[in-house]
Amino acid sequence: MAKSIVQEFTKGLWTDIPPFRLVLGLCPTLAVTKAFNTGLGMGMALTFVLVCSNVLVSLLRKIIPAKVRVPCFIIIIATFVVIVELVMQAYTYPLFLTLGIFIPLIVVNCIVLGRAEAFAYKNGIGASIADGLGMGVGYTIALCVLGSIREIFGHGTWNAIELFGSSFQPFTFMVEAPGAFVCLGLMLGVMNLAGKK
Amino acid sequence: MRDIIQMIVVLAFLGAASGAGLALVKSGTAAKIEYQQLKFVKGPAIKEILEGCSNDPFVDRFKIQDGEVERSFYVGVFDGKANRVAYETYGKGFGGDIGIMVGVNLDTDGLLGMGVTTPFSETPGLGARAKTEASFKNSFKGLSIKEPVKIKTEGGGVDAISGATITSKGVCAAITDSSEFYNKLKPQIVEKAAAFAK
Repeated sequence: MAKSIVQEFTKGLWTDIPPFRLVLGLCPTLAVTKAFNTGLGMGMALTFVLVCSNVLVSLLRKIIPAKVRVPCFIIIIATFVVIVELVMQAYTYPLFLTLGIFIPLIVVNCIVLGRAEAFAYKNGIGASIADGLGMGVGYTIALCVLGSIREIFGHGTWNAIELFGSSFQPFTFMVEAPGAFVCLGLMLGVMNLAGKK
Repeated sequence: MRDIIQMIVVLAFLGAASGAGLALVKSGTAAKIEYQQLKFVKGPAIKEILEGCSNDPFVDRFKIQDGEVERSFYVGVFDGKANRVAYETYGKGFGGDIGIMVGVNLDTDGLLGMGVTTPFSETPGLGARAKTEASFKNSFKGLSIKEPVKIKTEGGGVDAISGATITSKGVCAAITDSSEFYNKLKPQIVEKAAAFAK
């Protein structure tokens, strides 16, 4: 193995941070980042699914025949997604209501399937955990940043805490769909500038 | 041939393991999920009607089989006596069916109030005010479930919402309809509710 476990973890945080560098998993990225806490919830749900599916795929990679690997990955991923959905319903029902359809849609999230196919199917379990955790945390951070920016400008709050007092005029464009695209574009630009050598 | 058998075995095994795992999680969370749905969907209406009760009406609940339908009752304990219940009834509003939560004092058969649950798709600003309009909601308090509930222009005691007569009548009709099964089931309701007294 070329890279160390630490490198596998940290690549997801900056060089390969999913929504900003790989530009993957954009559908939920745009849809659930109206506020900080929904972004955090979505990120944590995805991290859980990603780590668990990476572990299982990596464990079973010698048994799963190459020809049916994708259906196998989907079964594994879908199982964990339903578990997340049920647990969310049982313990954080309001969050479940806000995230709605985007929880079941984690099944077809290209980050999860992509990491199973591109990484976990070819690597050992330790590296796969590190990879899943790194990607998941990176995705969560990206969603939190986007959610924070949009919530602060669009509602004048952060994690539902009032920031500016009553004189603040909310820039509601930011919490609507076009605001999501503009905000993501700006973030991509900032990431490119910062990564330029 | 070996390949095909391996594929079948692996897929079958994965599918079975996934099914078993999910069944386990589902049965483990079912009670919790039911409670959460109650709390967040019907909860606000129940809380309002049984305000000040010393128990948790989401836990202290029971069901009674009434012919084909199963009806849920939520018990409120006041001063150690479990004599108030909230239950749901349905009627027709302006925008389709409406779900109404009603509270009844079992000793006096008097209404404790009403709240809106689901389904509810009345016109915003008009019928939807049934959720918030205090004069409308408060006018139910103290009416008797034994008599038909009507709006004031029809000779009853309910302050109709201005501009939303159909919704107001729908709510009244839903409550009047519920008196039928309430009267029929009352002995059972009293008996089951008494078990929650503290």
